Parts: sequence; structure tokens; C-alpha cells
Amino acid sequence: MNVKSQYFVMLFKSVSYALKAEKILKQEELPHKLIPVPKHISSDCGICLRFEPAIQSKIVAALANKVEIEEIRELAN
Amino acid sequence: MNRNIIYFDNAATSWPKPEATIRAVETCLRETGGSPGRSGHGMSIEASRVIFNARDALSRLFSIDDPLRIILTKNATEAINIVVFGFLQPGDHVITSSMEHNSVMRPLRAMEEKGIELTILPCSAEGELDPGAFVPAIQKNTKAIFLTHASNVTGTIMPVADIGRIAREHGLVFCVDAAQTAGAFPIDIRATDIDLLVFTGHKSLFGPQGTGGIYIRKGLEQVISPLMRGGTGSRSEYEQQPDFLPDKFESGTPNTAGYAGLTAGIDFILSRGLNAITAHEKHLTELFLQGIGDIAGITIYGIKDTARRIPVVSFNVRDMDPATVSLELDERFGIMSRPGLHCAPAAHKTIGTYPAGTVRFSFSYFNTEEQIITAIEALRKMGK
Ligand SMILES: Cc1ncc(COP(=O)(O)O)c(C=O)c1O
Repeated sequence: MNVKSQYFVMLFKSVSYALKAEKILKQEELPHKLIPVPKHISSDCGICLRFEPAIQSKIVAALANKVEIEEIRELAN
Repeated sequence: MNRNIIYFDNAATSWPKPEATIRAVETCLRETGGSPGRSGHGMSIEASRVIFNARDALSRLFSIDDPLRIILTKNATEAINIVVFGFLQPGDHVITSSMEHNSVMRPLRAMEEKGIELTILPCSAEGELDPGAFVPAIQKNTKAIFLTHASNVTGTIMPVADIGRIAREHGLVFCVDAAQTAGAFPIDIRATDIDLLVFTGHKSLFGPQGTGGIYIRKGLEQVISPLMRGGTGSRSEYEQQPDFLPDKFESGTPNTAGYAGLTAGIDFILSRGLNAITAHEKHLTELFLQGIGDIAGITIYGIKDTARRIPVVSFNVRDMDPATVSLELDERFGIMSRPGLHCAPAAHKTIGTYPAGTVRFSFSYFNTEEQIITAIEALRKMGK
């Protein structure tokens, strides 16, 4: 069975990057939430940005040339 | 708070602070609580936002495109030390002015002992620097120019736009010490050739002590090594320091409450309008200079043109020791001033007041015409 993930998460180099992204996405009114990085994704102690897969391209476009993105991963439910 | 106090020592640290600064510090300590950039729970993220908001406010004030190009330090002194010890190498040549504060001069002198060459360009007796003097001073190994944006002794504003252009033309890194001007005078990173802007939070930015930072132009972070290394909350699996901004230069838990206050201080400036603040301070400086100009026993240092000075005035009363004058101003009139060398011995040699120094008044947005008039009357009594 292929259950679609409810969320994706975007990982950044550091918390400052995530906060810069948050500011931009707030201005663009793109729904998102900062959450701790889940253990299965990275052992780092930072935060990542959670969003719905449907708006991925909009989010990536809003951050292009503004915030460096490390990677985007599915958030296992 | 003693209502009769006349505080004229804003160049050392500003007082009073806006109410918003005080409230922001308190709210942060009471409610925000968490460790910024470390843990990921709600309170930690909120603390991280406090830090980010400070970068954001600073980047709005200085017209900086990317808030992450600002690294936060505990004051201008730490910021300058990062640049001097992290960037300069033995064999490099550096040009600076004779009006620098010891927080620039001492690190440079220490690097001189480690093998950099230092040229200290003399200024006029009014503290003015001739931009034309820079070009002949440039050598093959010249790497950087360090310059104060305005003297903390005479208040003279330096021609940073002209010198920035010279630095750019000759491929030199231009580091500006804006300790005295940030928040009091417009600074536009987009419009000027400033590569490194050093500032402190507790003077005209109306933040608490223990806040400050550096703006670093793109690419330069790669050739500056950090002064301190340690935990950053990022790249925790690695035992090497991150190489990206701001983490490379920001190890250890920061002064979160202080930065909450700094953001409030900057928002205060932006809401009043920087031009309105500059204009008020200029008006007070003019009023003061006019008022004491005809008192026979008083010598005023620095240029007359208030468009080219910040609200800092150095003077002496007859042949009295500045410390005696300052004490008398405090005890008889409740006026807080600063006597002596103001951490800038070369500047006093330049204006001819070494080693006794001067009495220094420095005004802020919160000072009033009435206070200036009281001070003029006090000096009139003392000048006789
Ligand atoms: C011109 C100048 N540079 C640097 C500094 C150092 O600032 P801080 O003591 O906040 O590091 C000061 C003030 O003390 C100053 O007036």
C-alpha cells in the first residue's frame, strides 16, 4: 500500500536559516511550521520546516536565492 | 530614578533606554526562557526568533540584504578583535587614523608585534582626516583600512564614503567602527563600500550592554577565522567549527535577553525616524556650542560645523583638570560627564590634549533644551 505522506520537512544548515525561511514564508502566506528535526531524519539538534507536499514548489520558489536548503524529506507518519 | 540628573555620557553608554527596551528584556527573561538554536522545542524556537529578530532589525537599519550576514557579539570590542585577529596575517599592511579608539588601536598594536605593518594617518587638530592622504599610504602589501565612523573624542565624522571608494579601487578591505554612529547617523551598506561594519548595541542603538556585532560582506567570512570555537546548535555531529555565517563566529549561548532589548531599541529608532533623532541631537549640539562659545575660560575641541559631527563635545575649563571639572559638574549641578582620555590616547595627541584629556558631553535623543541651558549656565559659573 502506498500511503502518501501528510507532510514534508525542509532541512537547513542551521536554525538561523530556518528562521530566515520562516520570515519569508510568513510574508508569502505559505503555511508551514518549525518543528524539531525528527531523530530518524538527522541526529542534529536543530529545527526543520514542515509543510504540505502540495505547496512544495511554491515554498521552494519563495526561498530560491534567499535561503540555502539542505534537503527536503518525507516525514514518516 | 533621580529626576534631577542630567545624563551627558551617552557616548559611553546611553541612558535612559526607551521603555520598550526595558520591557523587551523583562518579557524575554520571564516568558521566552529557552536556549536559542539548541533544542527545537517551542520555547527554544521562540528564543531563536528573538535572536533572528535582532539580526532582522539591524539589517533594516543598515540596509543589509541578508540578516544572516550579521554576526552578533557582546560589543564592538569583541567584534573588532574578531576582525583584527581573524583576518590579518604577519606581513600584511594596515592603514588607520590617529582618531581611533583603543578597541581598534590595541588589537592593531598587538598584531604589529606579530608582524603586521601599521600606518596611522595623522588628523588635523580638529580631528579631521584628509581622504587624499590614503592613496600615498597604500603599499603592495596593504590589506585593509580600519576607520572609526566618528571620533568619540571630538565627534568628527570621518569621510567614510570617500575612503570606501579608495579602498574599493585598490582592492582593500574596509572596516568601519560604527560604535559611535550606529543608531545616531544613517548607515547604508548598499550605498557605501563598507566591507566590515562593527557596532555596539548599548550606545545609540538603545540596547542593553553586552550586545553588538559585525556585518560581513559576502565572501569575506571565508578568510576570517573565528576567535572562539564551540557549540553552535548546528552540525552537532561534527567536531569542527561550521564554516558558514553566522554560526562560524557565534559559539556559545548568546545574550538572548540583551538582543530582545536591542531589537526594541532599534524599533524605537525606526518608529521615531532616524532623521528625527539625528536632527534633535544636532539641534542640542548647536545650542550647546553656541551657548558656551562666548565663555572666555572654555576651550572647545573639534570642528564647528554640526553637520559633520555627532553629538559629542570635548572641552576644557581654564586650566582645570578635567576630572575636577567633571566632579564639580556632578556634585554641584547633577551633570554626568566623562573626563580624561576616553580610551583614545592618539586622538588626544592629535588635538593637543594629551595626557590630561578633556571633559566630554555626549547627548542623546532623550536630552532636552532645558538640560542644555542648565549645563551652559553651570559652565558659565565655572568658567569665570
Ligand atoms: C569609537 C569607539 N569604538 C569602539 C568602542 C567600544 O565599544 P564597546 O565598549 O561597546 O566595545 C567605543 C566606545 O566605547 C567607541 O567610542
